[in-house]
Amino acid sequence: MSEKTYQEINARIRSGKAVVVTAEEFIDIVREKGLAHAYREVDVVTTGTFAPMCSSGAFLNFGHPAPRIKMHRVWLNNVPAYTGIAAVDAYIGATELPEDDPLNSNHPGEFRYGGGHVIEDLVAGRPVRLKAVGYGTDCYPRREIETTITIHDLNEAILFNPRNAYQNYNCAVNLSNRTIYTYMGILKPNLGNAHYSTSGQLSPLLKDPHFKTIGIGTRIFLGGGIGYVAWHGTQHFPAIQTDASGKELGPAGGTLAVIGDLKQMSPRWLMGTSYLGYGATLSVGIGVPIPILNEEIARYAAATDADLYAPIVDYGEAYPNRKPGNLGYVSYAQLKSGRIVVQGKEVPTAPLSSYPRAREIAGILKEWIQKGEFFLSEPVQLLPSPADGLTGKVLKG
Amino acid sequence: MSPRKIVLRFGPEISDKPIIYRLVKDYDLVMNIVKANVNPQKEGIMVLELTGDNYEQGLKYLREQGVTVQALTHEVVRNEQRCTHCGACTAICPTGALYLDRPGMEVHFDGDSCVICQLCVKACPVRAMEVKL
Ligand code: SF4
Ligand code: SF4
Repeated sequence: MSEKTYQEINARIRSGKAVVVTAEEFIDIVREKGLAHAYREVDVVTTGTFAPMCSSGAFLNFGHPAPRIKMHRVWLNNVPAYTGIAAVDAYIGATELPEDDPLNSNHPGEFRYGGGHVIEDLVAGRPVRLKAVGYGTDCYPRREIETTITIHDLNEAILFNPRNAYQNYNCAVNLSNRTIYTYMGILKPNLGNAHYSTSGQLSPLLKDPHFKTIGIGTRIFLGGGIGYVAWHGTQHFPAIQTDASGKELGPAGGTLAVIGDLKQMSPRWLMGTSYLGYGATLSVGIGVPIPILNEEIARYAAATDADLYAPIVDYGEAYPNRKPGNLGYVSYAQLKSGRIVVQGKEVPTAPLSSYPRAREIAGILKEWIQKGEFFLSEPVQLLPSPADGLTGKVLKG
Repeated sequence: MSPRKIVLRFGPEISDKPIIYRLVKDYDLVMNIVKANVNPQKEGIMVLELTGDNYEQGLKYLREQGVTVQALTHEVVRNEQRCTHCGACTAICPTGALYLDRPGMEVHFDGDSCVICQLCVKACPVRAMEVKL
């Protein structure tokens, strides 16, 4: 099988000759002209996803005041940040909540503001109230500071998300007889609705199921700017799903840890998000370019919503109690049709991940590459693939 | 007296009783139904303009029947800048006022079908649905 190289593709990007298409466009090309033709013609396929991604946050360095302070506790707009690192460094996590938040005491709690909203305010350039206390040392004598900052006042603001871009996700339903408030949204009783949360045929990791191209150092669209894959994400357990007869139902389980300079990102692609009764988080926009190095990679990148499946999982009883198994699989084509059948009942579906925004990201990334502003990076090391057989552990206790 | 708009909400146990008929016949009220919707769980929402001398007695009757009655003083609007077209509101909205346009998957908001139940206001993860007084 003939192969293309990263160097060849980047040379074509440099000379303005690279053929770059979005995953949706690539599917159309394969449908019309066949895979062999599509592989020869196309250099890069762009993907996108925009959805809440809880394992997100930012490292911030505030700079030292005079006199200096060793920040022992830090609050940004009243939301605590983690300061168990050097003196004026902190990590603001997307799901952190103000200490006086009523949480779920009046269930379902609203969680109107949290770490994700702080990150949105920062990236939007809005003023943020910083409060810090220290215990005073000979080198860092100051004990308190309260001031207003913007992202421009910070030395560094580095978005570092330990788990983003889930390859695939459950289709959540509720078999119980009460409404439940979950990270998969509001699920009505007795199979009242079904929520799913990937961009299907546009989703980055669904298009490279065996991690043939995505690895450490892969340059990506992150939060409206440029970022990189830093590592595989936490809980990265990639696998290929199969049904009882052994038919392949697309991949699931892979995740990415990503990093990038928050200062060049945009609030359109990093949005503070609240889930009723669940908590606060951050919606993150991610786009990964897939170099069409060979026909096998082309075939995976051409997977359609009809080829990719999500497991249907009951969040009323099975999921919270970690009961294994599911209620069957359903394709993204079925999910996107608006109705699926679960246990013989027709159930209306709704996404939590924005398909129009995913399409927009794939389009922006395509434009960056076409203009020669964004080059592909060859991974330093590919991420673990289904062949590595990683699986999750159960916490005993 | 100019007609006042009110929102009535009724649960499944009363949605098949002739409450509206009795309201008109027994209390002699003039009524204009602005919007009405009964969802598959048989919960009903109705927006009415109501006038007549027995207005207060009429409302008292409705409340006695287990209907929740509220004055309609506000409307729900979408902050177009903030809406991400995620779709999280579409299976929650009881009237289909928020709906997905397939296959493009953009979310549309049809204010005319909105019964101001405000379920979307808290269900929207980015708080794009807002109550306007
Ligand atoms: S849930 Fe909010 S952001 Fe999502 S489509 Fe509805 S209004 Fe828009
Ligand atoms: S308030 Fe929101 S959920 Fe209720 S009918 Fe109007 S759009 Fe639908």
